[in-house]
Amino acid sequence: MSEAPVLSVENLTTSFLVDGAWKSVVRDMSFDVRPGETVAIVGESGSGKSVTSLSIMRLLAPGSSRIEGKILLAGKDILALSEREMRGVRGNDASMIFQEPMTSLNPIFTIGRQISEVLIRHKGLSKQEARAETVRLLEKVRIPNAASRFDDYPHQFSGGMRQRVMIAMALASRPKLLIADEPTTALDVTIQGQILDLIKVLQEEEGMSVLFITHDMGVVAEIADRTIVMYRGEQVETGPTDEVFLRGRHPYTRALLSAVPKLGSMKERKWPTRFPVVDIKTGEAAEPAEVAATVESGRTPVLAVKNLVTRFPIRSGLFSRQTGAVHAVEDISFDLFQGETLSLVGESGCGKSTTGRSIMRLIEPTSGDVSLDGYDVRALDQMGLRNLRKSVQMIFQDPFSSLNPRMTVGAAISEPFIKHKLGSPKQARDKTADLLERVGLSPAMMSRYPHEFSGGQRQRIAIARALSLDPKVIVADESVSALDVSIKAQVCNLLLDLQQSLNLAFLFISHDMAVVERVSHRVAVMYLGEIVEIGPRAAVFENPQHPYTKKLMAAVPVPDPARRGIRRGISNEELKSPVRSMDYQPPKREYREVSEGHLVQVA
Amino acid sequence: MPVYIGKRLLVAIPTLLIISIFVFSLQKLLPGDPILAMAGEERDPATIEFLREKYHLNDPVPVQYVHWLGGIVTGDFGISLRTNQPVLELVMQKLPVTIQLAVMAMIISLMIGIPMGILAAVKKNTVLDYIANIVALSGLSVPNFWLGIMLILLVSVNLGWLPASGYESIFVDPVRSIQTMIMPAFVLATALAAQVMRHTRSAMLGVLSADYIRTARAKGLSPREVILSHSFRNALLPVVTLTALLFGELLAGAVLTEQIFTIPGFGKLTVDAVFNRDYAVVQGVVLCTAVGFILMNLLADVLYVLLNPRLRATL
Repeated sequence: MSEAPVLSVENLTTSFLVDGAWKSVVRDMSFDVRPGETVAIVGESGSGKSVTSLSIMRLLAPGSSRIEGKILLAGKDILALSEREMRGVRGNDASMIFQEPMTSLNPIFTIGRQISEVLIRHKGLSKQEARAETVRLLEKVRIPNAASRFDDYPHQFSGGMRQRVMIAMALASRPKLLIADEPTTALDVTIQGQILDLIKVLQEEEGMSVLFITHDMGVVAEIADRTIVMYRGEQVETGPTDEVFLRGRHPYTRALLSAVPKLGSMKERKWPTRFPVVDIKTGEAAEPAEVAATVESGRTPVLAVKNLVTRFPIRSGLFSRQTGAVHAVEDISFDLFQGETLSLVGESGCGKSTTGRSIMRLIEPTSGDVSLDGYDVRALDQMGLRNLRKSVQMIFQDPFSSLNPRMTVGAAISEPFIKHKLGSPKQARDKTADLLERVGLSPAMMSRYPHEFSGGQRQRIAIARALSLDPKVIVADESVSALDVSIKAQVCNLLLDLQQSLNLAFLFISHDMAVVERVSHRVAVMYLGEIVEIGPRAAVFENPQHPYTKKLMAAVPVPDPARRGIRRGISNEELKSPVRSMDYQPPKREYREVSEGHLVQVA
Repeated sequence: MPVYIGKRLLVAIPTLLIISIFVFSLQKLLPGDPILAMAGEERDPATIEFLREKYHLNDPVPVQYVHWLGGIVTGDFGISLRTNQPVLELVMQKLPVTIQLAVMAMIISLMIGIPMGILAAVKKNTVLDYIANIVALSGLSVPNFWLGIMLILLVSVNLGWLPASGYESIFVDPVRSIQTMIMPAFVLATALAAQVMRHTRSAMLGVLSADYIRTARAKGLSPREVILSHSFRNALLPVVTLTALLFGELLAGAVLTEQIFTIPGFGKLTVDAVFNRDYAVVQGVVLCTAVGFILMNLLADVLYVLLNPRLRATL
């Protein structure tokens, strides 16, 4: 380790101009990245990890930001360079990949052109030479039929493939440092596994260093040699990854780690378990309590779905004739009992959200039976549908867009109560105050607007709103996915508490296997619109039978530094699409009973 | 692509039919009887009856409409009640004038509006941005007739650089033609340039904060490449749509500007026809303008698709 570091950051402080005053968002960061090393910066949103990476590349708006300290990149004093000289560093000495593969490529240029640009800019290649080199790069990132895809546009690629294009672009000039800013956060878990493997392999091949920015402790454990933990703009802990994970000194590090749901941590437990509540000051965790039994099985299920099918027609041609259909939900059946949490898990496009919306008839199902709290859902007229809303409510993923910014929180929560004429304005007020207290907020907050709340608080408000009609079933569609780990843990705990006190039934839709393992009684794994495996949580997680379930679980990164060497084998398999032609006849599916209530689709 | 254009043209037919019904009923609803105007002071009942018969005015209204529409489809827009010239001929005479004026005004407005818009977006919230906005606002608010008269005073009367009025066909004497048209085109362009500038600015602002612009900067591209190639090509989409729509509006003619610079375009033709209750001409002009507008709309959509690889693929 006597080699000079590729990147050396000393006392980095970055400030933004806010309302005429400089406000520091990153304070006094110092670290090195040595040749061939992977360093992870981990932290929750607002911790300053992305700002750190943008500071190193000097990509922040010059007028409204100020970078102080010293940054040495490949021997160059970054902060002393002119903007022109800096352009010779970006994409050349260090390059960057970003979180959103869907929007990080320019939609109107071919991917070939966008990669060639780097080669022409930094290596002085001719167009012809750049083309040949680009094809070689595309092959390197394992894009099938690389040569024929040179002239394709970004929209012709899936998210995972676009991230490969981004990586090819970043590697084009053989940089000494690759800065990866949440490169896998927007990807499905099996695709995430592929991209992580790809980065590891390419790093070995090219001998470059990687600065990896993420909020996901599982990803950190898998990829990083050394880890930096950031909290509110400060570097609270730095060290070899296993040191940080096993013997974290700073209380925040321990708090963060204990809030992370770990796949496989629920063995031997019978019921859903609350997340440990950790004191950020001391880092001490209270041992989580198991939730008492709430499920009333044996009785009539509150929600019974039989052979539900939802398809979306695809039209094309001069007269918009139907040429095919997206088989979003294909012949699924399940029951949900009062007080129970059934989770639907799967990757994007598997039909889990469509299922949730179909049973509420927010989307019109194609066929099948849904019986919810005594209603024959598919037969309801407009009036009946309105009454149905009293029995089933929904909580959405994004608490920033699911609340009307022009409505006070109180108005948002009491609106369903008032619109359904359940009582006087006074009663609505009391109800709202009660609900706010139930979700851990203060009734005094009623007259505030959503922008005054944090993401976690907004999700609590959304939960209070869903509860205002005293529903029996709540469809929680990725309701905790957008939240930071510590907030995620709190909201999950809230849901478990509410289930206990109100005897709610949850249809918990999520892609996050570790959270699902924690909160569910039963789990249904969905793939291409079908349920491939369903059963009690312990049975599905400890004895997965279907190949897709196994694949899904193997892909989940586990925050355990012992798994650092893990390789899943380079693959570029894509998620399959449930688009079918008109004459497609869905095969009749058979299920095999593994143990009591544990059913697996027979291939 | 041909399928797409064909589809769009098919959709345009009902639009045109509805416009034709409007145009036709307008004539029936307007006060004043052209026959009385034609029959002269004596109002001889026989003459009136003869004229009514001649112009099919005694038939039931729907029959009159079908008759009229039949004529239009076969290129017969009727005869001007005033000059006895076929309307089609009148319109075709003025069309090149209007098109030339519209094209020149559009070019000038794009030449001013687009660079100003890009500059204002790139230098957002700086003095340059404020100046560009003030200039744009002035362009929108200064009345055309005032600006026209002032320009004539300054450029033609005082400096004597350009002719104050008149018209020369571009096919006869291109230099003189452009000399006579450049001032009115500029006057028309001021308000358009302001709209183009505002649209370019907001489109550029949207694009400049896009993730792929950050990617382009992270590649080490120069500001010139980032702004002109990566950003502007994307910001162009809404500007193209706006331009085509503005051009469609220009085809309706510019009454005031044409009046001030005495240009024999659509605007003047329309005003004269309305004052003379020369309905056939009004109808002809309105229909032509409508067709022009629809074609420009179609052009906007086609360009939009062509510039957008994602939509291009769906064709």
